[in-house]
Amino acid sequence: MSVVTPRRPRRLPVGSYLTMALATVVLGLPLVWMLLASLKSPDELYQLPLQWLPGQANLDNYAQAAQSVPLGRLLANSVGLTIVGASLKVVLGLCCAYALVFLDFPFKKAVFGLVIATLMIPPQITIIPNYTLVASLGWLNTYQGILVPGLASAFGTFLFRQHFLTLPRSILEAAELDGAGHWRALWRFVVPMSTPTVAAVALVSVVTEWNDYLWPFLVVDNPDKMTLPVGLTLLQNIDGMTNWGVLLAATVVVTLPILLVFLVLQRRLVAGLTAGAVTG
Amino acid sequence: MEPRSPVARSIGLGNYVEWFTAPSTPTVVTATLVFTVATVGGAMFLGLGLALLLDRRLVGRGFARTVAFAPYVLSGFAVGILWLFMFDPRYGLVQELLGFVGVASPQWYTQRPWPLVMVIVVYLWKNLGYVALIYLAGLQAVPKDLKDAAALDGASSARTLRSIVLPLLTPTTFFLLVTMLLSSLQSFDIIKAMTQGGPLGSTTTLMYSIYEESFVNGRAGYASAVATVLFLVLLVVTAVQMRFVQRKVHYS
Repeated sequence: MSVVTPRRPRRLPVGSYLTMALATVVLGLPLVWMLLASLKSPDELYQLPLQWLPGQANLDNYAQAAQSVPLGRLLANSVGLTIVGASLKVVLGLCCAYALVFLDFPFKKAVFGLVIATLMIPPQITIIPNYTLVASLGWLNTYQGILVPGLASAFGTFLFRQHFLTLPRSILEAAELDGAGHWRALWRFVVPMSTPTVAAVALVSVVTEWNDYLWPFLVVDNPDKMTLPVGLTLLQNIDGMTNWGVLLAATVVVTLPILLVFLVLQRRLVAGLTAGAVTG
Repeated sequence: MEPRSPVARSIGLGNYVEWFTAPSTPTVVTATLVFTVATVGGAMFLGLGLALLLDRRLVGRGFARTVAFAPYVLSGFAVGILWLFMFDPRYGLVQELLGFVGVASPQWYTQRPWPLVMVIVVYLWKNLGYVALIYLAGLQAVPKDLKDAAALDGASSARTLRSIVLPLLTPTTFFLLVTMLLSSLQSFDIIKAMTQGGPLGSTTTLMYSIYEESFVNGRAGYASAVATVLFLVLLVVTAVQMRFVQRKVHYS
């Protein structure tokens, strides 16, 4: 008998594959089901036993949803607020982090402490005072009412600061030799060296802005100013649960854009969303 | 939706006294506890399982990872609506699938405790991929020679998991525990979409009751007291985290 035990021949891990297949189906099926249901006619939806595929795909549900709520307007609002909100968050975060890392000013430590503190104060807790303030400014049912209270992103500032600390100080000296002021130094020297972090923060901000619900829901009750998730609430109240096809068509409109962003930019987005685990 | 009373007058700690003695408070606390423990515990357990599975070199694991993570990036409110349809007592997919295995579907919308179970399931579905992904990153940082050494010593894979992998994952577990606790205690969208806190307040968590008291019942002062209670709970979680991160969980 040989002393060395022979390597076990590799067997196909059937159990693992079955479990993985099952998990994938369970986790993915609801999304497929939503998409299919949004294309079904009421007859096909309310039929037992359930019918899996729509007989012929039609967009009636989408058209009907657009009649109940201003779907195009909601989409435009969501796209606009997401782009403006995410951009401002990134720009403000970059400026704040730049000052915290590259400038010397009194009470710098205290300012950074404040940033960390806001990171720890959960946003949901502050809705009542924020609402009172926004209402007293007359900002209910306005875009700035939705946008402004969430602009100071401690998350972005924190990640940018972490990254800026790893940059060599000499780039600032190079910028100064070039005669660049702080603004130019930030955009021409620091930002180009930070593209992965900027991309990650931007993507996370896009996802959070798009999905944000409680705050825009409280601030806006005029359909013309609503974002998509808030408009979905309106549709739920109008059509109730009697008209699943229409409600699900609107749900597809809310979820599909972010789903596409996720599929295309998966690696960067995941890097941003899981960044807390590495830094925290 | 107007959480401001016309005249503000100080009532001292009246709101807190009212909250602590209100007959609805035990219901809210129970719902919050059940929801939090079930979502955090469930997501950690299932997420670790999924991560262990996806850590193996299986063909197609990249696709499985994508599918698992996708719900995490979607709007919580939209996800709630989607699942409300899944749970529809007559035409939902859940009752159909339960029927396949010969189980009668409970009254998900109306019969307690099923509405609470329903929102817990949806929360798990949405957050599972995140937990799995963080655990996966942790697993891939476990040195391979440690696992090899254990295998050479004749340790079973279950034993290796218990004695080597899990202890090395403690920092990850701790991070996830705190993150999930904080987000679970603040969750709102799914409950708003699916149950609006009902039936009979059985899915009204602390967070939901803050919204309900201030923006439905118009009691901003009372709701602020409840918000302060929730804030203190969250603060304790954060404080415990900072203590532990400094003391217990260190390997280098």
